[in-house]
Amino acid sequence: MNENGTLELSYFPGCSMATSAKESNLSLMEVTERLGLRLVELDDWNCCGSSSAHSLNQDLAFHLATRNLSLASPDRPLIVMCPSCLHRLQLAHKRIKEHAEVRAQEESLWGRPLNPELEIFHFFEVLSGIDRSRLEKAIVRKLSGLRFVPYYGCMLARPPALRRERNYHQLMEKILSGFGAQAMPWAYSARCCGTFLAAARPDVATPLVNKIIEGAHKAGAECIITACAMCQLNLEIRCSLDSKIPVLHLSEILALALGAEGHGGWFKRHLVDPRPVLKSRGLLN
Amino acid sequence: MEQQSPPKSMIELIDCDSSFRHEVNESSGENVGLCFHCRTCAGGCPFVEAMDHPPHGVLRLVQLGLRKEALECSTIWVCVACNTCSIQCPMAIDIAAVMDALRSMAIRQGIKIAEPDILAFHREVINSIERYGRTHKLEIMMRYKIRTRNWFQDMDIGLKMMAKRKLDLRPSRVREIGEMAGIFEGKNEGGDHE
Repeated sequence: MNENGTLELSYFPGCSMATSAKESNLSLMEVTERLGLRLVELDDWNCCGSSSAHSLNQDLAFHLATRNLSLASPDRPLIVMCPSCLHRLQLAHKRIKEHAEVRAQEESLWGRPLNPELEIFHFFEVLSGIDRSRLEKAIVRKLSGLRFVPYYGCMLARPPALRRERNYHQLMEKILSGFGAQAMPWAYSARCCGTFLAAARPDVATPLVNKIIEGAHKAGAECIITACAMCQLNLEIRCSLDSKIPVLHLSEILALALGAEGHGGWFKRHLVDPRPVLKSRGLLN
Repeated sequence: MEQQSPPKSMIELIDCDSSFRHEVNESSGENVGLCFHCRTCAGGCPFVEAMDHPPHGVLRLVQLGLRKEALECSTIWVCVACNTCSIQCPMAIDIAAVMDALRSMAIRQGIKIAEPDILAFHREVINSIERYGRTHKLEIMMRYKIRTRNWFQDMDIGLKMMAKRKLDLRPSRVREIGEMAGIFEGKNEGGDHE
């Protein structure tokens, strides 16, 4: 908590939020500001290694994660928005916490201390910690019945080593329903988007994405809402159906509901334009 | 009666290497012997149709000590570590971690890689992180297309992403990139830490 009564949290954006999904990052900043939080970007953070580092070389993946941990301020929790970055950082942190000698090696590698008690959370943890009535009081634009399907992708799945971490089943449904949107039941909320296969093997990713999009249509949704920037991109670029559906990042729709005004540049960056749907619900002029 | 030839999918149990299972267990930190082939992983895997063996099938190859078959299969490369199987496995085997271990072993042991394009993609991502400390998507995709000679595949999507400014021309960089150089030594040798 700083002198203005704002709660400060360290923030690891990750490569997607920093570049291809800038609009998700900007909207997240609007959301946190309106909720009285300040996200302080980890100074000089590096890529968590993505799928590729741990796929080929687990040592490299570990070092990439520990450098980020060494940059985190010891006195505030570290918030991560990307589910995959979160797992890499949590797994590395678990290892340095459980093995003091490994921690010492990594501390000497980076020349900085590592805090074994550092708390690392997804942004969902922040959302779930805010009192629901306080959240609903902050609403500026009701989501007026917007029919959405919540898409978690693989973010609710995790390796057995992290099974004691919190999980957030139904969080998007609960929060957005409170904001006046309507969650449609469907079968694909936890079906993986294909991650790097969207780039490396589009022939594998496309049928998978098409099934997810078809599922959203069948559920009667007007849009898909996800909390992962990579899912958001993959569902947009790998759908080969004529009938597309807009995919919004959770932070974008929350920012709209909380009265963000800086959204001019966000929605035109989408490959499937969400503006007609948002306008039809009176959420955009 | 004429003797029938065995079906093609049959695996011959010759050259079983009993040390292989121990190597995989040590490298992954898991115990593949726990798998009793309930097939939950195969039922839940979103990518199983693109694999030559379902996830539990790979565990079976490891249990039987079929080193070559396990390390040459496509499954270990098609797996994206979405953890759908790992969270559903009733024996709590971290199957994605076993796949990580098998990929690293395949690279270290110079095995023929079943999915060279996927390996090429991973290498370009790691090279990008080595150069900038972060991934530069445009350059990764360009280099990947050059490496796999797939010049025109995805050109339309690339152009759309450029038009929407989804692909930055310049990379986002780590300032103190020098302190990271050491961790990339042996990056292609498949290091594992268990």
